[in-house]
Amino acid sequence: MSSLMTRAEFGGQFVPEPLVAPLRQIGEAFDRYCADPDFVAELDDLLRRYAGRPTPLYLSRSLTRRTGRRIYLKREDLLHLGAHKTNNTLGQGLLAKTMGKTRLIAETGAGQHGVATAMAGALFGIPTEVFMGAVDVERQAMNVFRMKLMGARVHEVRGGSATLKDAINDALRDWIANASDTYYVFGTAAGPEPFARIVTHFQAVISEEIRRQTQEAEGRLPDAVVACVGGGSNAIGAFHVFLNEPSVRLLGAEAGGDGQRHGASLSRGAPGVFHGMYSYFLQDVDGQIAEAHSIAAGLDYPGVGPVHARLHESGRARYTPVRDDEALSAFHLLAREEGILPALESAHAVALALKVADEFPREAVIVINLSGRGDKDLHTVLAASG
Amino acid sequence: MNRFTRMFQQTRGRGAFMPFFMLGDPTPARSLNLIRTALEEGADALELGIPFSDPIADGPVIQASALRAHRAGTNVARCFDLLAEVRRNSDVPVGLLVYCNLIQKRGVDQFCADAAQAGADALLAADVPFDRAGDLPHAAEAAGLGSVYLCSPNTPDDRARRILETSTAFTYAVGVMGTTGARDALGDETTAFVTRLRALSDRPFVVGFGISTPAHAVEVLRLGADGVIVGSALIRMIEAAGDDADAATASVRQFVRNTATLIRQHA
Repeated sequence: MSSLMTRAEFGGQFVPEPLVAPLRQIGEAFDRYCADPDFVAELDDLLRRYAGRPTPLYLSRSLTRRTGRRIYLKREDLLHLGAHKTNNTLGQGLLAKTMGKTRLIAETGAGQHGVATAMAGALFGIPTEVFMGAVDVERQAMNVFRMKLMGARVHEVRGGSATLKDAINDALRDWIANASDTYYVFGTAAGPEPFARIVTHFQAVISEEIRRQTQEAEGRLPDAVVACVGGGSNAIGAFHVFLNEPSVRLLGAEAGGDGQRHGASLSRGAPGVFHGMYSYFLQDVDGQIAEAHSIAAGLDYPGVGPVHARLHESGRARYTPVRDDEALSAFHLLAREEGILPALESAHAVALALKVADEFPREAVIVINLSGRGDKDLHTVLAASG
Repeated sequence: MNRFTRMFQQTRGRGAFMPFFMLGDPTPARSLNLIRTALEEGADALELGIPFSDPIADGPVIQASALRAHRAGTNVARCFDLLAEVRRNSDVPVGLLVYCNLIQKRGVDQFCADAAQAGADALLAADVPFDRAGDLPHAAEAAGLGSVYLCSPNTPDDRARRILETSTAFTYAVGVMGTTGARDALGDETTAFVTRLRALSDRPFVVGFGISTPAHAVEVLRLGADGVIVGSALIRMIEAAGDDADAATASVRQFVRNTATLIRQHA
């Protein structure tokens, strides 16, 4: 059968013509600056002194005791702003500043990427506007306030399902109209080329540190790395350096939702073309994009980055849906037994690690990417605890 | 010969008027009635949209239009049925405007075959750049459909030339850097872009996005465009009329008549 894709290759750049030139400009600037020693040094300095890298790799006493496997938490929740998103917005913010762009825009779901972009705007002195679905504005009111405190303007998006997918739609529309002076800070390792490549590059620091820290603590590579997958940026950040290390199993926790409604694009979606990429999406028989659902706003997206589609099809990584209630249990477990409140997104990864631990030999080393902290989710947890 | 090729020959000197309608908006039956009204009033060709859940190239007016059509039960198969109904009484060229995933999901060959069977003459996927279309142009050609690609004010000359060469039915020139939507005035950006494209090639291009009055349409054609597409301005009338089907028909009739007349007067 004929295909729209030149090769059956995930990714691509399926965008209206007005975005072709701005995407090329960003790709060229990225290729130039990510190899430039001054740029690399400035970003490295910001990551260390401003954002607090490296983040710790902590051997979880509770999870290790419960499973008999050596379970580590990669503490991205301790990064400045409390989530891995800071890695990306520092990198892209610096890129935008270096390119001379005078306006930043971003989409946000849970609000973490919006806050992280507002941070970059404040830090680099670039006016910032964030698109956020009205449903998310409602459930993440404190993040909206954080963005405003940092000087960003927040656009409430009411179209469609009024969540992350619609925020991306409107950010793309804004960019089509304003690309000459505006840099679109894409939040996850998805979208049209070169966004997935850029975000992967700036998030790869997570796996670089995991490798070094696991070597230091255990004298070897981990047996598995577990991460939650919405668009997939924290997961590819945690997987990246291990892609060519076949002994390291890569496990992704998708949003299993309430069992009926979900955000598990890889486990339960199908290949398609949306938001500029050929990847996996939740969709109906005609190809209309469906609405996703997750208790974790950051996983509430009906698609996934193309690199995960590749890893899923090749079998290099395995993706499993984790239900809302399982994530909540993991949240409470970590709270009670570790004194850590994980983001509900990251709690999906914790739940998956607990589920699969017995597939590994005793004393196996499993690293969970604890991508963010859960302060933003307290009202959701409170409501769910009824 | 493709109906578009013939039509551009026939309208040479004055330029073609192509109203845009979303198939199934606000309901399949009313949509068919509106399209027929436009044909009665002198539309030279039609650009018809198939509703998509997330139309990123379109502004709020057309997004809302797609949503209304959806709610009225318009799926892809229903769109092809509507198109076949239009084709039963009319020989005007019809271009389809869709988003890539609808083609991908149905299968490229199947989609093109079904579209051609229903009576379409050309196909544009708004989120597929001309150099990322894979097998689409071959499948379209095999089915007898012309290919249409977007070209925009920020497209460099060499790329624009290739787009004009690759588009077999016509090139869809995006008049403004932005999404679809009516604008108050025709800007310098549109004027400069149309003039530039005409200087690049004799191949047919039509201008859309931001054309919202009969006067805009005439202005764009006088600058050398082969045709002009008006969408959001018409869809706004359908939206404003709400449940009053007669009011929507009357507004659309008046607008199409005025535009078609003005274009012929300026020929």
